[in-house]
Amino acid sequence: MKRIGVFICHCGVNIADTVDVELLTEKLADYPGIAHIENYMFMCSDPGQNLIKDAVKTHKLDSVVVAACSPTLHESTFQNAIAEVDVNKYQLEIGNIREQCSWVHSNKEEGTRKAELIIKTAVEKAKLNQSLDPVSAPLTKRVLIIGGGIAGIQAALDIADGGYEVVLVEKKPSIGGHMIQLSETFPTLDCSQCILTPKMVQLGKHKNIKLYVNSEVEAIGGFMGNFKVTIKRQPQYVDPDKCTLCDDCTVACPVVVPSEYDEGLTYRKAIYVPFPQAIPASYTIDTENCLGFEPIACGECKKACLAEAIDYDKKEEIFIEDFGAVILATGFDLYPVENIPEYGYGKYLDVLNGLQFERILSATGPTGGKMLRPSDGKVPKEIVFIQCSGSRDPERHKPYCSKICCMYTLKHAKLYKHKVHDGQPYIFYIDIRSGGKRYEEFIQEGVSEDGIVYIRGKVAKIYKEGDKMIVHGMDTLTGHKVKIKADMVVLAQSIVPSEGSGKLFKTLKLGTDSNGFMSEAHPKLRPLESLQSGFYLAGAGQGPKDIPDAVSQASGAAAKVLALMSNDEVQHEPIIATVDENKCSGCSVCIGTCPYGARELNEDRIAAVNDILCEGCGACISACPSGASQQKNLTDDQIMKMINVIIN
Amino acid sequence: MKLPYYPGCTLKANAKHFEDSAQKALEKLDYQLEEMKDWVCCGTVFSMTSDDLMLQLSSIRNLLRAEKQDLKELVTLCSMCYNTLKQSKDFVEGDLDNLEKVNNFMYMEEAEYKGQVEIYHLLTLLRDRIKFETVKAEVTNPLKGLKVGAYYGCLLVRPQKFAIDDFEAPTIMEDLVESLGAEAIDFQFKLECCGAYQTITKKNISVKRAYEILDSAQRVGCDAIITSCPLCAYNLDFLQKEIEKEYVDFQTIPIFYFTELMAVALGVGWNGEWTKKHDVDPEPILIEKNLI
Repeated sequence: MKRIGVFICHCGVNIADTVDVELLTEKLADYPGIAHIENYMFMCSDPGQNLIKDAVKTHKLDSVVVAACSPTLHESTFQNAIAEVDVNKYQLEIGNIREQCSWVHSNKEEGTRKAELIIKTAVEKAKLNQSLDPVSAPLTKRVLIIGGGIAGIQAALDIADGGYEVVLVEKKPSIGGHMIQLSETFPTLDCSQCILTPKMVQLGKHKNIKLYVNSEVEAIGGFMGNFKVTIKRQPQYVDPDKCTLCDDCTVACPVVVPSEYDEGLTYRKAIYVPFPQAIPASYTIDTENCLGFEPIACGECKKACLAEAIDYDKKEEIFIEDFGAVILATGFDLYPVENIPEYGYGKYLDVLNGLQFERILSATGPTGGKMLRPSDGKVPKEIVFIQCSGSRDPERHKPYCSKICCMYTLKHAKLYKHKVHDGQPYIFYIDIRSGGKRYEEFIQEGVSEDGIVYIRGKVAKIYKEGDKMIVHGMDTLTGHKVKIKADMVVLAQSIVPSEGSGKLFKTLKLGTDSNGFMSEAHPKLRPLESLQSGFYLAGAGQGPKDIPDAVSQASGAAAKVLALMSNDEVQHEPIIATVDENKCSGCSVCIGTCPYGARELNEDRIAAVNDILCEGCGACISACPSGASQQKNLTDDQIMKMINVIIN
Repeated sequence: MKLPYYPGCTLKANAKHFEDSAQKALEKLDYQLEEMKDWVCCGTVFSMTSDDLMLQLSSIRNLLRAEKQDLKELVTLCSMCYNTLKQSKDFVEGDLDNLEKVNNFMYMEEAEYKGQVEIYHLLTLLRDRIKFETVKAEVTNPLKGLKVGAYYGCLLVRPQKFAIDDFEAPTIMEDLVESLGAEAIDFQFKLECCGAYQTITKKNISVKRAYEILDSAQRVGCDAIITSCPLCAYNLDFLQKEIEKEYVDFQTIPIFYFTELMAVALGVGWNGEWTKKHDVDPEPILIEKNLI
């Protein structure tokens, strides 16, 4: 028989006012299994802990029940205390007689009766508690980062600088993400490319970073510390070692398609370098549009290439690599404007989305940084900017605030005004959200110095008449309808999770919110990690955010990963599921129930538990029809004995 | 094929040519409008009261009678009837409380409404069941050279729940117009309010609305406007003489029901009786384009 010690806390008057602590101490002294019982004013205090430790030694206790506050507060305090006197910390049981008893009752007699039952159930459970050791497994000290925008770049650099090997997988032909498309950044108006490209170069040359572009993650197996990741890499038709970057191939290529980098405002060839500062700086062939795979149809670039760097016969590679942790930096895209037909995007050339306008502002853009509108190359004298285009519209579009649009729209208007001094920008807004360092000042400057006109209200529709875009809106401050004859309209589209990220999250079994953004483990206290162990989050794939926030989150995620990598093994709580092989029929109900992929049929057709993956949620245990699945230290037997105490 | 048909009051009076042209055009497509028996007012006149139950009773009475006649669906031509019947159907559909409330008033009918009748506007049937391609194939007198602006007003697309097409940027009427061989012209105010019943008490409001709508259509080159709502048709057509007084630059423009143009394109021809129902003479533009 186990020797159990029971320690009842007064918690000042918190417990003792409603529970007769002295009476209970006396009454329970003879309860079977209790070898020692005492009470104290503050059990969590140092003297209180010492009291427990002394009692363990004096009375040779091998299990301890503390009747006090909720286990979320001091369970670990008492676990550590008994561990100091060589009792396994899983031999500690808490009876919560404060939150679940004294705080919710006023009648002392009833409170005492209930506390007695709570302590007895804890004792019954303690009788069957086993000594457990944390689960541990080896750790692969390599990190996978998915997505090569600013968040992925920052995380990769931080981890690589910490001395661990990083693989960055990017589905596009270059890293840089959306940030490389931007002209200037708010609120400092420093050039986006100027601050990003040094990081890109650094990443490209880092000895600890391996970069796979034109690549995607196909599948993932294993568990935290030991992931096996299947990567699909598009063939490199142009051998970067032979290519001299002479550009003859691009000149020869007869295929012309809209440029992704310039958001469709210019065209590129089917063999191309995505943009001048691309990393890796090599030519890539757009397989969807290239005609060369049908040798009879084309082959012009190959003919033109004197260095013989082009080989159409290269095949895509699929390979598996091992990683200890994964950072997801999948980024964002803009909500398709086609979904808002009344704004006429696609129908009218001079209705642009925010990224297109960035390209027009950019010195490397289609107009070389001159403020000209796409339809006729004229300088627009009046521009209407529409904020919340698709955001904060739960009925038709996206319910959330896209967070960065107030700031970048003001930046757009400001930069426009810097280029066209006699131009007039109008901004339709719902609210101005300028929380951030120097953000509000930036907005105020725009209004007072640049003469930007803010109109509070939404735009109902845009219609083209002659060469003007007629914008019909509402000024909700005056209650009047507004009609503006604009030369150009710029829509601040909602930020949505990047195209294809939904499919990836499904493959990884990663939780998302109702808008498709990755869910964090806890919205306040664990914002850098997923509930799935071993996955960390960075950037706009987790929710709309600006560059400083994305960078902060990326560095934070990198710090988490570095902390993990500094261990030799991965460890976690041993309160997890087990399976009784004699009872398990291999029905597999548990496999479908497990949210963590921790249950799996082994070769004997037993639904085995992967100790590392199991988070101890208990879902499989309640689903198991034969009772073969049991939670360690929370078995059916323990629960039945606890219930018995209460109903008898 | 027979289509169970709910006409509504206006189609038996001021908009007789709407019904007539629809019937003739549909016959060319092998469909017949079969009028339901014992129909009553759709209930729209009560839309001006705040008693929302009163608004439902007449509509539901029609639906109940259709149910008693074993009709599974009703087709309407008038946008107003469509909207009113559809909204009432929605009011009781899936809401047993509302259904019971309404049925309490149906004691004269010796039956209770069960909620089994579907409401269609002819335009949606043309698009989804008859198909515009079929219409196109049956056109014998394509409306070549006719530039048509399709005016939706509110009832076909508002509220969003009952819209027969995208409620912000509908194209269903334009698609029909194109299938008839005419050129559909998108214009700025095709969804704006025509002024509706303000025409009775505050005519100047409706005159201004009608002017803005017609002017925006003419500025982009429309020869004619089509509609499916008798009230819109009235405001846009019969107020033009008022508009002429107020706005000196204004030129008149003929207003058609979409079915009238269907009839012309499908080879039914034009009926002089229809002309009498118009205020702005619709014949000159048809003659000019060699269509009649």
